[in-house]
Amino acid sequence: MNIERSLLYLARSGWIAALLLTASLPTLAAEAKSRSLAADNAAWRAECGSCHVAYPPTLLPAEAWRQTMRTLDRHFGVDASVDAAAAVEIERFLATNAARGSRTAESEPRVTTTRWFRHEHDEVAAAVFRSPSVKTAANCAACHPGAASGNFDEHAVRIPR
Amino acid sequence: MSKHLVAARRALVVMAGAVALSAAAAYATTAEQLLAEYEAIARKEAPGFTGFSAARGAGFFRATHGNEWSCASCHTSNPANPGRHARTGNVVQPLAPAANAQRFTDAAKVEKWFKRNCGDVLGRACSAQEKGDVIAFVRSPNS
Repeated sequence: MNIERSLLYLARSGWIAALLLTASLPTLAAEAKSRSLAADNAAWRAECGSCHVAYPPTLLPAEAWRQTMRTLDRHFGVDASVDAAAAVEIERFLATNAARGSRTAESEPRVTTTRWFRHEHDEVAAAVFRSPSVKTAANCAACHPGAASGNFDEHAVRIPR
Repeated sequence: MSKHLVAARRALVVMAGAVALSAAAAYATTAEQLLAEYEAIARKEAPGFTGFSAARGAGFFRATHGNEWSCASCHTSNPANPGRHARTGNVVQPLAPAANAQRFTDAAKVEKWFKRNCGDVLGRACSAQEKGDVIAFVRSPNS
């Protein structure tokens, strides 16, 4: 998955937008890329990255991140609570760098069920996600070797057997 | 003393212990120092405290406690080995200080993970006795 292309898809879904895309593509791509990949925060990386890839903030809208941070003690069935100071810092970082525009319509604060994620992975069979070496769609690094450093380039994808 | 008073006193001791440990957050620590701190709390929690046991810690670590997971579900039954998060498959670095020098060097981090993992594995907080037994186990040479 090429994250730059994905972000463009997110930002510009719909054919009318596609018509406008040609002119605005370079600027938008650069903007989206710098917002998603340059955004970094030590507490976010340490806390969110200890059980799964620290999902880039731009993958969910601010409200979804706030909801996630409010319910960390029961985070997808696991207690992922952080101390109060870290919680404040991480929520601020996530909200500041969150998705804007069309993605704010997502109903569930879960990256792997977003319209964008499903579209990007529509060629991957459900059985691949459930296989013992992958276990869950949240295990980005199983197929994206550079996931931990924010590299989701689709040319680097290696689906394990 | 009534049952309620005993429970309240116990809760207070546990809270005081947690506060003491989180106050130590900024300080580097070792498994030995943590054991001494947990021992002080364990003595207050249970007057009959007779020390920590690596063997009891091993049993505790490898058993389930009413929920789906044990400690070993993510850490494997040998804490010197790397494990994988039972839900996400993320690599979990070895817990044994002998295999991973980063372990038990930050009291706040130790308390954070006990809070999370005891909640997931036992559905409650761990006692100081249980924490100490587990640390005694993971730092033992034959863990």
